[in-house]
Amino acid sequence: MTDAAVEPVEDFRLRARAWLAENMPTATAEPFDRGDDGRWDLERTLQRRLWDGGFAGICFPSEYGGLGLSFEHQRAFTEESLPYDMPFSLNVPTFGILAATLVDFGTHEQKLRHLPAILRGEELWVQFLSEPSGGSDLAGCLTRADRDGDVFIMSGSKIWSSSAYACDYAMCLARTNWDVPKHRGLTMFIVKIHQPGIQVEQIRQVDGSMEFCQEFFDDVQIPASDVVGEVDDGWTVASRLLVHERNAVGGGSPYTSGRSVGHDSSGKEDDLVEMARASGRTGDPHVRQLVAEGHVRQLVGGQLIRRVMQGVTAGKMPPPAGSILKLFSATGAMRRYEIGLELAGEGAAAWPADTEGVARRLSEATLWRQGLSLGGGSNEIQRNIISERVLGMPREFAADREVPYRDVRRGPNPAKG
Amino acid sequence: MTIRCASTTAKASGVELELTEDQEFFRQTTSKFLAAECPLPTVRSLADDPAGFAPDYWRRGAELGWTSMLVPETDGGGCLSEHGLLDLVLVAEEMGRLVSPGPLVPVNVVASALAEAGTSAQRAAVLAGLLSGQSVAAWCGPTAIHAEPAGDGFRLTGVAAPVEAGAQAQHLLVTARTGDGVSQMLVPVDTPGILVSPLGGLDLVRRFAEVRFDGVAVPASAVVGEAGTAAEAVERQLQIAVVLQCAESLGAADRMFEVTLEYLGDRYSFGRPLSSYQALKHRVADDKTWLEACHATATAAARAVATRSDDAAHLVSVAKAWIAPHVTELIQDCVQLHGGIGITWEHDLHLYLRRATVNRATYGTPEDHAERIATELLGAAS
Repeated sequence: MTDAAVEPVEDFRLRARAWLAENMPTATAEPFDRGDDGRWDLERTLQRRLWDGGFAGICFPSEYGGLGLSFEHQRAFTEESLPYDMPFSLNVPTFGILAATLVDFGTHEQKLRHLPAILRGEELWVQFLSEPSGGSDLAGCLTRADRDGDVFIMSGSKIWSSSAYACDYAMCLARTNWDVPKHRGLTMFIVKIHQPGIQVEQIRQVDGSMEFCQEFFDDVQIPASDVVGEVDDGWTVASRLLVHERNAVGGGSPYTSGRSVGHDSSGKEDDLVEMARASGRTGDPHVRQLVAEGHVRQLVGGQLIRRVMQGVTAGKMPPPAGSILKLFSATGAMRRYEIGLELAGEGAAAWPADTEGVARRLSEATLWRQGLSLGGGSNEIQRNIISERVLGMPREFAADREVPYRDVRRGPNPAKG
Repeated sequence: MTIRCASTTAKASGVELELTEDQEFFRQTTSKFLAAECPLPTVRSLADDPAGFAPDYWRRGAELGWTSMLVPETDGGGCLSEHGLLDLVLVAEEMGRLVSPGPLVPVNVVASALAEAGTSAQRAAVLAGLLSGQSVAAWCGPTAIHAEPAGDGFRLTGVAAPVEAGAQAQHLLVTARTGDGVSQMLVPVDTPGILVSPLGGLDLVRRFAEVRFDGVAVPASAVVGEAGTAAEAVERQLQIAVVLQCAESLGAADRMFEVTLEYLGDRYSFGRPLSSYQALKHRVADDKTWLEACHATATAAARAVATRSDDAAHLVSVAKAWIAPHVTELIQDCVQLHGGIGITWEHDLHLYLRRATVNRATYGTPEDHAERIATELLGAAS
């Protein structure tokens, strides 16, 4: 497509506005439940509708089913989509993280096989990175994949994968070489989740949700053609995946479409305003300062996304600057949860039985408050990245640097109980 | 020994990430001028100067365009880009980087107000002097000055404080309540009944005054625009002032952040550079995150005011509410990261902390601006 043939953003916006009004259901105010199977089916259907209407994968390459348009087109579409229900859960991780990484590292065949299917809503993806033994040390991966002719045999365990039970494929990082330092012996694989040898267990969270999963691999066979990038160079792929993850979670991915929900759905400004009204304290100067503070944090977060995305795109900021977005969004959310709790007052402790009031919502949400500061790389890891890779400060000491991985000291492996 | 900050250098992390060639050239010209004509030792030496700046310095700054950006060419002004305010933000930022003296905010606020609503007589009498840097104007307001009709004009009563450059100004733009409305008047400072008293202040070179109006008679010809209908103009003046002071505070914060980062790399304790300690790295990462957020919201506010967007008032208050406390906190953290030297007179950090603190407190505190936001979200307080 030549430049002259690209549809101007404002034309695209008007066309999207008309199409959305015609085809997409109105967004509901109900809390969004990732644990609801019906919701997953609905999202796949909505995504298929976007595909049929010619609005799926706005920033994905046209060669693989996308529209090949700019971030500004995507931003315009997202703005127009706000009043409508959208396949929100497909944004992260499927589009923003896994499909984005596949665009960067997949072979032509892998992209042809998966990207159009992803954009049609037929394939949901998730990343298998963290391990029970690993925490923030992602490259300290113990899941192994040993080559046997045309296949790799994988065994081990992964954890903290979001909604893996509802997904179809994963990118999975496994150790393929134990004789080299840890970063140099890893390989990234495309893994079909529901197959013999893979067991998926859901983990119950503090708020009762069952979103996160642990997977167990027992001699799973993976074709060598499903290696992403090069064998033993999986860390390069994983690093890019993490950059996409920070962008997507921080709100700065060009590959996600529509407002981001399911990640930061509580403690938002609307809830704070609603809480202030519900408590009848809108005239209290302290309450007013708190509500304004929550609003300012929210708004500045959006402004920061724009700045960092522009800076990275224009080459004025290094790509790890995405960690600034992740850290801001996590710490900002922490403060908003805190404000929510303060506004709720005694209402945070007890509420009329069987009600779904704003005080209860804000109160229960705080139980999971730290989740945003842990998932996708903890705040502490983001701070390391910002200081080391954005500001150029010295790297942390690592005892496993340049040591063959089989000789690195490890604690007991919790996966083996 | 005076520990001086290295001279300022161009940084990609300004309020605006993308500058036109003209803007970049202008920014560098201003930066070089300030570094050559008013380096930090000069700023320090002006601490005892009643005006806080040398007249010649201000005239030469005006020649560079510091006072003409918000005035159209037909009135003798002119700017570089489509929006003079965005050009002026560059000056404010560079002045922040060297805590420079000079009445940038009041002169530009008054020049802009006159260019927009002044009579031809007012523009002729005052604008040329402001544009050339020969004279200074100050803004008394928005305050508790009352104007009672008297004869064919008004009688002004009340006290305005703190008025930036009040004791250096030849003209005052007075914002006053007239009945149910708000009016603005342009008054020579030597009008009988006006008493200007210089105030002490935190910044070494930024001067404030108390201006007392004791039944001051002003003619109808002093009114800027139409009497009773100035509320919108006053709001715009406030927005311009806040955008400029936020840019200046960010210039100051940027500079101190750079200096601190350099210091952490150069200074060793227990045989390793301070910058290798994770506890300090994490603090710096937080500071960097705040700083980028400050820039983001400053840009949004500046653009909104420059383009007269409907949400300009909102975005200005968001910017002030976010930037003011974070910039002072960030510079305080720079003091902590410097250790004992950071709380000495000889180190330059306090010059920046003074400027940022003064900017935090004037043209609406962060709490005042938060209340403006609360009014939008929750309705009026009472």
